[in-house]
Amino acid sequence: MKVEVKNIYKKFNTLMAVNNISFNIEKNKTMGLLGPNGCGKTTSIGMLLGLITPTSGQIFIDGTSLVPKNRIKLLSLMNFASPYIELPKKLTVKQNLEVYARLYGVKEIQLRTDEMIEDLNLQNFVNKKTGELSSGQKNRVALAKSLINKPKLLFLDEPTASLDPDIGDFVREYIEKYKKNHELTILLASHNMREVERLCDEIIMMKQGEIVDRGTCHELIKKHGRENLEDTFLKIARSKNELA
Amino acid sequence: MNWHKILALSLRHLYLIKGSFPRILDLIYWPTIQIFLWGFISKFFTLNSSFYENTVGIILSAAILYDFLFRSSISYNMMFLEEIWSRNFTNLFIAPIRISEIITALTFTAILRTLIGLVPAALLAIPFFGVSIFNIGVPLIFLLITLYIFGVTLGLLVTAGLVRFGPSFENIAWASLFFLAPLGCIYYPIDILPDWLQIIAKLLPLVHIFEEMRNILIYDIINYSQILKAIFISFLYFIFGVAIFYLSYNGAKNRGTLINMGE
Repeated sequence: MKVEVKNIYKKFNTLMAVNNISFNIEKNKTMGLLGPNGCGKTTSIGMLLGLITPTSGQIFIDGTSLVPKNRIKLLSLMNFASPYIELPKKLTVKQNLEVYARLYGVKEIQLRTDEMIEDLNLQNFVNKKTGELSSGQKNRVALAKSLINKPKLLFLDEPTASLDPDIGDFVREYIEKYKKNHELTILLASHNMREVERLCDEIIMMKQGEIVDRGTCHELIKKHGRENLEDTFLKIARSKNELA
Repeated sequence: MNWHKILALSLRHLYLIKGSFPRILDLIYWPTIQIFLWGFISKFFTLNSSFYENTVGIILSAAILYDFLFRSSISYNMMFLEEIWSRNFTNLFIAPIRISEIITALTFTAILRTLIGLVPAALLAIPFFGVSIFNIGVPLIFLLITLYIFGVTLGLLVTAGLVRFGPSFENIAWASLFFLAPLGCIYYPIDILPDWLQIIAKLLPLVHIFEEMRNILIYDIINYSQILKAIFISFLYFIFGVAIFYLSYNGAKNRGTLINMGE
Protein backbone atom coordinates (compact mmCIF):
# COMPACT_ATOMS: atom_id res chain seq x y z
CA MET A 1 0.00 0.00 0.00
CA LYS A 2 1.22 3.46 -0.77
CA VAL A 3 0.98 6.05 1.97
CA GLU A 4 0.75 9.76 1.19
CA VAL A 5 0.86 12.29 3.98
CA LYS A 6 0.14 15.84 2.83
CA ASN A 7 0.74 18.94 4.95
CA ILE A 8 -0.34 17.47 8.25
CA TYR A 9 -0.59 19.69 11.30
CA LYS A 10 -1.62 18.71 14.79
CA LYS A 11 -2.02 21.27 17.52
CA PHE A 12 -2.91 20.34 21.11
CA ASN A 13 -4.04 23.57 22.75
CA THR A 14 -0.94 25.74 22.38
CA LEU A 15 1.46 22.92 21.53
CA MET A 16 2.19 22.32 17.86
CA ALA A 17 2.88 18.57 18.07
CA VAL A 18 3.19 18.04 14.32
CA ASN A 19 3.99 20.98 12.09
CA ASN A 20 3.29 20.63 8.39
CA ILE A 21 4.77 17.25 7.60
CA SER A 22 4.49 15.63 4.19
CA PHE A 23 5.96 12.35 3.02
CA ASN A 24 5.21 9.30 0.93
CA ILE A 25 5.92 5.66 1.61
CA GLU A 26 6.03 3.65 -1.55
CA LYS A 27 4.31 0.28 -1.72
CA ASN A 28 6.26 -2.56 -0.05
CA LYS A 29 8.91 -0.22 1.32
CA THR A 30 9.92 0.23 4.94
CA MET A 31 10.13 3.79 6.16
CA GLY A 32 11.93 4.62 9.39
CA LEU A 33 10.57 7.39 11.54
CA LEU A 34 13.31 8.73 13.76
CA GLY A 35 13.60 11.56 16.18
CA PRO A 36 14.14 12.39 19.83
CA ASN A 37 11.42 11.79 22.42
CA GLY A 38 8.51 14.20 22.05
CA CYS A 39 9.32 15.05 18.44
CA GLY A 40 5.87 14.02 17.16
CA LYS A 41 6.45 10.41 16.10
CA THR A 42 3.66 8.90 18.19
CA THR A 43 1.25 11.68 17.22
CA SER A 44 2.08 11.08 13.56
CA ILE A 45 1.50 7.32 13.90
CA GLY A 46 -1.74 8.07 15.82
CA MET A 47 -2.97 10.18 12.91
CA LEU A 48 -2.03 7.50 10.38
CA LEU A 49 -3.98 4.95 12.45
CA GLY A 50 -7.02 7.20 12.56
CA LEU A 51 -6.73 7.53 16.36
CA ILE A 52 -5.94 11.24 16.28
CA THR A 53 -7.70 13.76 14.06
CA PRO A 54 -5.22 16.06 12.33
CA THR A 55 -5.82 19.79 12.80
CA SER A 56 -5.37 20.07 9.04
CA GLY A 57 -3.87 18.15 6.15
CA GLN A 58 -4.68 14.90 4.43
CA ILE A 59 -3.61 11.27 4.56
CA PHE A 60 -4.15 8.91 1.65
CA ILE A 61 -3.65 5.19 1.80
CA ASP A 62 -3.54 3.61 -1.64
CA GLY A 63 -5.30 6.72 -2.89
CA THR A 64 -8.14 6.48 -0.36
CA SER A 65 -8.45 9.36 2.04
CA LEU A 66 -8.24 8.42 5.71
CA VAL A 67 -11.51 10.01 6.77
CA PRO A 68 -14.17 8.51 9.10
CA LYS A 69 -16.26 7.04 6.27
CA ASN A 70 -13.24 5.03 4.98
CA ARG A 71 -11.97 4.14 8.48
CA ILE A 72 -13.20 0.54 8.67
CA LYS A 73 -12.10 -0.34 5.15
CA LEU A 74 -8.60 1.02 5.68
CA LEU A 75 -8.15 -0.28 9.23
CA SER A 76 -8.88 -3.82 8.09
CA LEU A 77 -5.77 -3.56 5.89
CA MET A 78 -3.49 -2.14 8.58
CA ASN A 79 -2.19 -3.15 11.96
CA PHE A 80 0.04 -1.87 14.73
CA ALA A 81 2.41 -3.23 17.34
CA SER A 82 3.98 -1.34 20.18
CA PRO A 83 5.46 -2.36 23.54
CA TYR A 84 3.49 0.51 25.09
CA ILE A 85 0.12 -1.09 24.45
CA GLU A 86 -0.82 -4.57 25.55
CA LEU A 87 -3.27 -7.34 24.90
CA PRO A 88 -5.81 -8.32 27.57
CA LYS A 89 -3.64 -9.81 30.33
CA LYS A 90 -6.18 -12.32 31.64
CA LEU A 91 -6.79 -13.95 28.27
CA THR A 92 -4.52 -16.70 27.03
CA VAL A 93 -2.32 -16.10 24.01
CA LYS A 94 -4.60 -18.27 21.89
CA GLN A 95 -7.77 -16.50 23.08
CA ASN A 96 -6.24 -13.11 22.31
CA LEU A 97 -5.24 -14.16 18.82
CA GLU A 98 -8.69 -15.62 18.22
CA VAL A 99 -10.46 -12.46 19.42
CA TYR A 100 -8.31 -10.24 17.22
CA ALA A 101 -8.63 -12.57 14.23
CA ARG A 102 -12.41 -12.21 14.58
CA LEU A 103 -12.23 -8.44 15.05
CA TYR A 104 -10.20 -8.17 11.85
CA GLY A 105 -12.61 -10.40 9.98
CA VAL A 106 -10.04 -13.15 9.31
CA LYS A 107 -11.74 -15.93 7.33
CA GLU A 108 -9.98 -19.08 8.51
CA ILE A 109 -9.34 -18.16 12.12
CA GLN A 110 -7.94 -21.48 13.33
CA LEU A 111 -5.60 -21.82 10.38
CA ARG A 112 -4.29 -18.27 10.68
CA THR A 113 -3.79 -18.37 14.46
CA ASP A 114 -1.98 -21.73 14.14
CA GLU A 115 0.22 -20.24 11.43
CA MET A 116 1.17 -17.27 13.62
CA ILE A 117 1.75 -19.53 16.63
CA GLU A 118 4.13 -21.69 14.65
CA ASP A 119 5.89 -18.87 12.80
CA LEU A 120 6.65 -16.92 15.95
CA ASN A 121 7.37 -19.95 18.15
CA LEU A 122 4.50 -19.33 20.54
CA GLN A 123 3.69 -23.03 21.01
CA ASN A 124 5.16 -23.35 24.50
CA PHE A 125 3.01 -20.64 26.04
CA VAL A 126 -0.03 -20.53 23.80
CA ASN A 127 -2.35 -21.50 26.66
CA LYS A 128 -0.70 -19.22 29.20
CA LYS A 129 -2.32 -15.94 30.20
CA THR A 130 -0.76 -13.05 28.32
CA GLY A 131 -0.11 -11.14 31.54
CA GLU A 132 2.12 -13.97 32.80
CA LEU A 133 4.51 -13.83 29.85
CA SER A 134 8.03 -12.38 29.77
CA SER A 135 8.71 -9.18 27.77
CA GLY A 136 10.16 -11.18 24.92
CA GLN A 137 7.17 -13.52 24.79
CA LYS A 138 4.70 -10.61 25.00
CA ASN A 139 6.54 -8.89 22.22
CA ARG A 140 6.23 -11.89 19.93
CA VAL A 141 2.52 -12.22 20.77
CA ALA A 142 2.03 -8.53 19.96
CA LEU A 143 3.77 -9.10 16.63
CA ALA A 144 1.55 -12.12 15.95
CA LYS A 145 -1.53 -10.00 16.68
CA SER A 146 -0.25 -7.26 14.38
CA LEU A 147 0.12 -9.74 11.52
CA ILE A 148 -3.02 -11.78 12.18
CA ASN A 149 -4.98 -10.02 9.43
CA LYS A 150 -2.10 -10.18 6.91
CA PRO A 151 -1.93 -6.39 6.86
CA LYS A 152 -0.75 -4.51 3.81
CA LEU A 153 0.42 -1.65 6.00
CA LEU A 154 2.09 -2.20 9.35
CA PHE A 155 3.05 0.36 11.96
CA LEU A 156 5.77 -0.72 14.36
CA ASP A 157 6.60 1.46 17.32
CA GLU A 158 9.92 0.38 18.83
CA PRO A 159 9.26 -3.31 18.11
CA THR A 160 12.38 -4.50 19.93
CA ALA A 161 12.47 -2.07 22.85
CA SER A 162 13.46 -3.79 26.11
CA LEU A 163 14.25 -7.09 24.40
CA ASP A 164 17.48 -8.98 24.90
CA PRO A 165 19.76 -9.07 21.82
CA ASP A 166 18.79 -12.64 20.95
CA ILE A 167 15.04 -12.05 20.90
CA GLY A 168 15.53 -8.63 19.31
CA ASP A 169 17.43 -10.31 16.50
CA PHE A 170 14.74 -12.98 16.16
CA VAL A 171 12.06 -10.29 15.77
CA ARG A 172 14.07 -8.31 13.22
CA GLU A 173 14.85 -11.43 11.25
CA TYR A 174 11.20 -12.45 11.33
CA ILE A 175 10.06 -9.06 10.04
CA GLU A 176 12.62 -9.24 7.22
CA LYS A 177 11.56 -12.78 6.31
CA TYR A 178 7.85 -11.95 6.49
CA LYS A 179 8.30 -8.92 4.28
CA LYS A 180 10.07 -10.95 1.61
CA ASN A 181 7.10 -13.29 1.32
CA HIS A 182 4.24 -10.82 1.71
CA GLU A 183 3.06 -7.57 0.24
CA LEU A 184 3.72 -5.22 3.12
CA THR A 185 4.55 -1.56 3.64
CA ILE A 186 6.02 -0.70 7.04
CA LEU A 187 6.39 2.50 9.04
CA LEU A 188 8.91 1.82 11.78
CA ALA A 189 9.53 4.16 14.68
CA SER A 190 12.63 3.16 16.57
CA HIS A 191 15.50 4.41 18.66
CA ASN A 192 17.61 1.44 17.70
CA MET A 193 19.73 2.76 14.84
CA ARG A 194 21.14 -0.63 13.88
CA GLU A 195 17.61 -1.92 13.57
CA VAL A 196 16.67 1.02 11.37
CA GLU A 197 19.75 0.52 9.18
CA ARG A 198 18.87 -3.16 8.81
CA LEU A 199 15.16 -2.84 8.11
CA CYS A 200 14.46 0.54 6.50
CA ASP A 201 14.63 1.52 2.85
CA GLU A 202 14.27 5.19 3.69
CA ILE A 203 14.29 7.37 6.78
CA ILE A 204 12.49 10.47 7.96
CA MET A 205 14.09 12.45 10.78
CA MET A 206 11.72 14.46 12.93
CA LYS A 207 12.45 17.16 15.46
CA GLN A 208 10.04 19.41 17.33
CA GLY A 209 7.12 18.31 15.17
CA GLU A 210 8.84 18.89 11.86
CA ILE A 211 10.66 16.73 9.34
CA VAL A 212 14.24 17.93 9.42
CA ASP A 213 15.81 15.45 7.06
CA ARG A 214 15.05 12.42 4.91
CA GLY A 215 16.75 9.92 2.64
CA THR A 216 18.24 6.45 2.66
CA CYS A 217 20.56 5.50 5.54
CA HIS A 218 23.54 5.74 3.26
CA GLU A 219 22.49 9.16 1.93
CA LEU A 220 21.94 10.60 5.40
CA ILE A 221 25.21 9.26 6.79
CA LYS A 222 27.08 10.64 3.80
CA LYS A 223 25.26 13.99 3.84
CA HIS A 224 26.10 14.60 7.48
CA GLY A 225 29.64 13.31 7.20
CA ARG A 226 29.27 10.65 9.88
CA GLU A 227 30.27 7.01 10.05
CA ASN A 228 27.00 5.48 11.11
CA LEU A 229 23.33 6.28 11.60
CA GLU A 230 23.64 6.67 15.37
CA ASP A 231 26.16 9.51 14.97
CA THR A 232 24.03 11.01 12.23
CA PHE A 233 20.97 10.89 14.51
CA LEU A 234 22.91 12.59 17.30
CA LYS A 235 24.15 15.31 14.99
CA ILE A 236 20.64 16.07 13.73
CA ALA A 237 19.02 15.82 17.15
CA ARG A 238 21.56 18.19 18.72
CA SER A 239 21.73 20.69 15.89
CA LYS A 240 19.41 23.66 15.33
CA ASN A 241 16.44 22.91 13.07
CA GLU A 242 17.39 22.43 9.49
CA LEU A 243 14.47 21.72 7.22
CA ALA A 244 14.83 19.14 4.51
CA MET B 1 -23.30 -3.87 11.70
CA ASN B 2 -20.98 -6.90 11.63
CA TRP B 3 -22.19 -9.56 14.10
CA HIS B 4 -18.95 -11.55 13.87
CA LYS B 5 -17.04 -8.56 15.25
CA ILE B 6 -19.67 -7.99 17.92
CA LEU B 7 -19.29 -11.65 18.89
CA ALA B 8 -15.51 -11.24 18.93
CA LEU B 9 -15.66 -8.39 21.42
CA SER B 10 -18.19 -10.27 23.53
CA LEU B 11 -15.92 -13.33 23.47
CA ARG B 12 -13.06 -11.23 24.82
CA HIS B 13 -15.16 -10.53 27.93
CA LEU B 14 -16.64 -14.02 28.19
CA TYR B 15 -13.14 -15.53 28.16
CA LEU B 16 -12.26 -13.13 30.94
CA ILE B 17 -15.19 -14.28 33.06
CA LYS B 18 -14.69 -17.96 32.21
CA GLY B 19 -11.01 -17.85 33.08
CA SER B 20 -11.41 -16.41 36.55
CA PHE B 21 -13.41 -18.00 39.34
CA PRO B 22 -12.93 -14.95 41.64
CA ARG B 23 -14.53 -12.81 38.95
CA ILE B 24 -17.60 -15.07 38.83
CA LEU B 25 -17.71 -15.09 42.62
CA ASP B 26 -17.51 -11.30 42.67
CA LEU B 27 -20.41 -11.07 40.21
CA ILE B 28 -22.58 -13.26 42.45
CA TYR B 29 -21.37 -12.05 45.84
CA TRP B 30 -22.63 -8.44 45.87
CA PRO B 31 -26.19 -9.05 44.63
CA THR B 32 -26.51 -11.89 47.15
CA ILE B 33 -25.33 -9.69 50.03
CA GLN B 34 -27.74 -6.98 48.86
CA ILE B 35 -30.64 -9.43 48.81
CA PHE B 36 -29.89 -10.70 52.32
CA LEU B 37 -29.49 -7.19 53.70
CA TRP B 38 -32.75 -5.94 52.25
CA GLY B 39 -34.42 -9.26 52.98
CA PHE B 40 -33.94 -8.78 56.70
CA ILE B 41 -34.90 -5.09 56.55
CA SER B 42 -38.07 -5.86 54.61
CA LYS B 43 -38.93 -8.63 57.04
CA PHE B 44 -38.67 -6.13 59.87
CA PHE B 45 -40.90 -3.64 58.00
CA THR B 46 -43.40 -6.36 57.22
CA LEU B 47 -43.82 -6.98 60.91
CA ASN B 48 -43.87 -3.32 61.96
CA SER B 49 -45.41 -1.21 59.19
CA SER B 50 -49.06 -1.04 58.25
CA PHE B 51 -48.20 0.12 54.71
CA TYR B 52 -46.26 -3.03 54.04
CA GLU B 53 -48.50 -5.22 56.20
CA ASN B 54 -49.75 -7.59 53.57
CA THR B 55 -47.15 -7.04 50.98
CA VAL B 56 -44.21 -9.12 51.99
CA GLY B 57 -41.14 -8.47 49.91
CA ILE B 58 -41.94 -5.07 48.35
CA ILE B 59 -38.63 -3.74 49.51
CA LEU B 60 -36.84 -6.92 48.57
CA SER B 61 -38.36 -6.82 45.08
CA ALA B 62 -37.28 -3.18 44.80
CA ALA B 63 -33.80 -4.16 45.95
CA ILE B 64 -33.60 -6.90 43.32
CA LEU B 65 -34.79 -4.56 40.55
CA TYR B 66 -32.45 -1.79 41.69
CA ASP B 67 -29.58 -4.22 41.77
CA PHE B 68 -30.45 -5.28 38.24
CA LEU B 69 -30.10 -1.63 37.17
CA PHE B 70 -26.91 -1.24 39.18
CA ARG B 71 -25.34 -4.41 37.76
CA SER B 72 -26.30 -3.50 34.17
CA SER B 73 -24.57 -0.18 34.45
CA ILE B 74 -21.54 -1.41 36.37
CA SER B 75 -21.10 -4.38 34.02
CA TYR B 76 -21.00 -1.98 31.10
CA ASN B 77 -18.49 0.27 32.83
CA MET B 78 -16.38 -2.63 34.00
CA MET B 79 -15.93 -4.03 30.52
CA PHE B 80 -14.71 -0.67 29.32
CA LEU B 81 -12.46 -0.22 32.34
CA GLU B 82 -10.99 -3.69 31.68
CA GLU B 83 -9.74 -2.38 28.33
CA ILE B 84 -8.11 0.60 30.04
CA TRP B 85 -6.62 -1.43 32.90
CA SER B 86 -5.17 -4.00 30.49
CA ARG B 87 -3.82 -1.20 28.25
CA ASN B 88 -5.72 -2.75 25.35
CA PHE B 89 -7.55 0.46 24.52
CA THR B 90 -5.44 1.39 21.50
CA ASN B 91 -5.62 -2.13 20.05
CA LEU B 92 -9.39 -2.00 20.28
CA PHE B 93 -9.75 1.38 18.62
CA ILE B 94 -7.41 0.57 15.73
CA ALA B 95 -9.30 -2.64 14.96
CA PRO B 96 -11.80 -2.29 12.11
CA ILE B 97 -14.78 -2.19 14.41
CA ARG B 98 -17.44 0.51 14.36
CA ILE B 99 -18.34 2.44 17.47
CA SER B 100 -21.89 1.14 17.07
CA GLU B 101 -20.51 -2.41 17.12
CA ILE B 102 -18.53 -1.72 20.30
CA ILE B 103 -21.67 -0.32 21.95
CA THR B 104 -23.73 -3.31 20.79
CA ALA B 105 -21.15 -5.85 21.98
CA LEU B 106 -20.87 -4.23 25.41
CA THR B 107 -24.65 -3.95 25.68
CA PHE B 108 -25.21 -7.64 24.98
CA THR B 109 -22.32 -8.83 27.12
CA ALA B 110 -23.44 -6.64 30.03
CA ILE B 111 -26.75 -8.53 30.22
CA LEU B 112 -24.88 -11.79 30.66
CA ARG B 113 -22.69 -10.40 33.44
CA THR B 114 -25.78 -8.95 35.09
CA LEU B 115 -27.71 -12.21 34.96
CA ILE B 116 -24.77 -14.23 36.30
CA GLY B 117 -24.90 -12.04 39.37
CA LEU B 118 -28.59 -11.59 39.83
CA VAL B 119 -30.27 -14.87 38.97
CA PRO B 120 -28.70 -16.79 41.89
CA ALA B 121 -29.58 -13.91 44.26
CA ALA B 122 -33.18 -13.74 43.04
CA LEU B 123 -33.53 -17.50 43.40
CA LEU B 124 -32.04 -17.47 46.91
CA ALA B 125 -34.67 -14.94 47.97
CA ILE B 126 -37.43 -17.53 47.40
CA PRO B 127 -36.47 -20.11 50.04
CA PHE B 128 -34.91 -17.63 52.47
CA PHE B 129 -37.56 -14.90 52.52
CA GLY B 130 -40.49 -16.42 50.62
CA VAL B 131 -40.19 -13.58 48.12
CA SER B 132 -40.20 -14.21 44.41
CA ILE B 133 -39.57 -11.36 42.02
CA PHE B 134 -41.39 -13.50 39.48
CA ASN B 135 -44.68 -12.71 41.29
CA ILE B 136 -44.77 -9.46 39.31
CA GLY B 137 -45.67 -11.61 36.32
CA VAL B 138 -45.42 -10.62 32.67
CA PRO B 139 -44.82 -6.90 33.42
CA LEU B 140 -41.54 -7.97 35.06
CA ILE B 141 -40.10 -8.52 31.59
CA PHE B 142 -40.94 -4.94 30.58
CA LEU B 143 -39.66 -3.52 33.85
CA LEU B 144 -36.38 -5.39 33.43
CA ILE B 145 -36.03 -4.25 29.82
CA THR B 146 -36.60 -0.64 30.88
CA LEU B 147 -34.12 -0.90 33.73
CA TYR B 148 -31.62 -2.53 31.42
CA ILE B 149 -31.90 0.23 28.81
CA PHE B 150 -31.46 2.86 31.51
CA GLY B 151 -28.59 0.96 33.15
CA VAL B 152 -26.78 0.68 29.83
CA THR B 153 -27.43 4.38 29.22
CA LEU B 154 -25.77 5.27 32.50
CA GLY B 155 -22.92 2.95 31.53
CA LEU B 156 -22.65 4.71 28.18
CA LEU B 157 -22.48 8.13 29.82
CA VAL B 158 -19.75 6.98 32.19
CA THR B 159 -17.75 5.31 29.42
CA ALA B 160 -18.12 8.49 27.37
CA GLY B 161 -16.48 10.25 30.33
CA LEU B 162 -13.72 7.61 30.42
CA VAL B 163 -13.04 8.08 26.70
CA ARG B 164 -13.02 11.85 27.05
CA PHE B 165 -11.18 12.30 30.36
CA GLY B 166 -9.30 9.01 30.72
CA PRO B 167 -8.96 6.71 33.75
CA SER B 168 -9.33 9.64 36.17
CA PHE B 169 -13.06 9.47 35.43
CA GLU B 170 -13.16 6.01 37.02
CA ASN B 171 -14.46 7.19 40.38
CA ILE B 172 -17.47 8.76 38.71
CA ALA B 173 -18.25 5.31 37.31
CA TRP B 174 -18.75 3.98 40.82
CA ALA B 175 -20.59 7.01 42.12
CA SER B 176 -23.00 7.53 39.22
CA LEU B 177 -25.75 5.20 40.35
CA PHE B 178 -25.74 6.20 43.98
CA PHE B 179 -26.28 9.76 42.83
CA LEU B 180 -29.57 8.86 41.12
CA ALA B 181 -30.85 6.43 43.75
CA PRO B 182 -32.54 8.99 46.05
CA LEU B 183 -34.46 10.47 43.11
CA GLY B 184 -35.43 7.10 41.72
CA CYS B 185 -37.96 6.44 44.55
CA ILE B 186 -36.78 2.88 44.72
CA TYR B 187 -37.82 2.04 48.26
CA TYR B 188 -40.49 4.69 48.89
CA PRO B 189 -43.37 6.26 46.94
CA ILE B 190 -42.76 9.47 45.05
CA ASP B 191 -45.06 11.39 47.46
CA ILE B 192 -42.25 11.32 50.02
CA LEU B 193 -40.24 13.75 47.92
CA PRO B 194 -40.86 17.52 48.10
CA ASP B 195 -43.04 18.79 45.22
CA TRP B 196 -40.19 20.39 43.30
CA LEU B 197 -38.10 17.23 43.50
CA GLN B 198 -41.06 15.15 42.30
CA ILE B 199 -41.00 17.12 39.04
CA ILE B 200 -37.32 16.25 38.52
CA ALA B 201 -37.82 12.64 39.64
CA LYS B 202 -40.56 12.12 37.06
CA LEU B 203 -38.05 12.88 34.34
CA LEU B 204 -36.27 9.66 35.30
CA PRO B 205 -37.66 6.29 34.21
CA LEU B 206 -36.84 4.85 37.63
CA VAL B 207 -39.79 6.52 39.35
CA HIS B 208 -42.25 5.08 36.85
CA ILE B 209 -40.69 1.62 37.09
CA PHE B 210 -40.71 1.40 40.88
CA GLU B 211 -44.13 3.04 41.23
CA GLU B 212 -45.47 0.45 38.83
CA MET B 213 -43.79 -2.37 40.72
CA ARG B 214 -45.51 -1.21 43.94
CA ASN B 215 -48.87 -0.88 42.14
CA ILE B 216 -48.60 -4.45 40.95
CA LEU B 217 -47.45 -5.93 44.25
CA ILE B 218 -49.68 -3.88 46.58
CA TYR B 219 -52.84 -3.21 44.58
CA ASP B 220 -52.51 -5.90 41.92
CA ILE B 221 -53.06 -3.25 39.23
CA ILE B 222 -51.08 -3.32 36.00
CA ASN B 223 -50.84 0.03 34.29
CA TYR B 224 -49.25 -0.57 30.92
CA SER B 225 -49.28 3.10 29.98
CA GLN B 226 -46.97 3.76 32.96
CA ILE B 227 -44.67 0.96 31.78
CA LEU B 228 -44.67 2.29 28.23
CA LYS B 229 -43.86 5.76 29.54
CA ALA B 230 -40.88 4.31 31.44
CA ILE B 231 -39.64 2.46 28.32
CA PHE B 232 -40.04 5.60 26.23
CA ILE B 233 -38.13 7.79 28.71
CA SER B 234 -35.37 5.19 29.02
CA PHE B 235 -35.06 4.97 25.27
CA LEU B 236 -34.76 8.77 24.98
CA TYR B 237 -31.96 8.70 27.53
CA PHE B 238 -30.33 5.86 25.60
CA ILE B 239 -30.29 7.91 22.38
CA PHE B 240 -28.85 10.81 24.38
CA GLY B 241 -26.19 8.46 25.83
CA VAL B 242 -25.19 7.21 22.36
CA ALA B 243 -24.90 10.79 21.07
CA ILE B 244 -22.73 11.77 24.05
CA PHE B 245 -20.53 8.72 23.49
CA TYR B 246 -19.94 9.68 19.84
CA LEU B 247 -19.18 13.27 20.86
CA SER B 248 -16.68 12.05 23.47
CA TYR B 249 -15.06 9.69 20.98
CA ASN B 250 -14.57 12.51 18.47
CA GLY B 251 -13.34 14.80 21.27
CA ALA B 252 -10.83 12.13 22.33
CA LYS B 253 -9.59 11.84 18.74
CA ASN B 254 -9.02 15.59 18.68
CA ARG B 255 -7.24 15.56 22.04
CA GLY B 256 -5.19 12.48 21.15
CA THR B 257 -6.22 10.57 24.27
CA LEU B 258 -7.10 7.31 22.51
CA ILE B 259 -3.46 6.45 21.98
CA ASN B 260 -1.55 4.87 24.86
CA MET B 261 -4.48 5.17 27.26
CA GLY B 262 -3.93 2.99 30.27
CA GLU B 263 -3.58 3.02 34.01
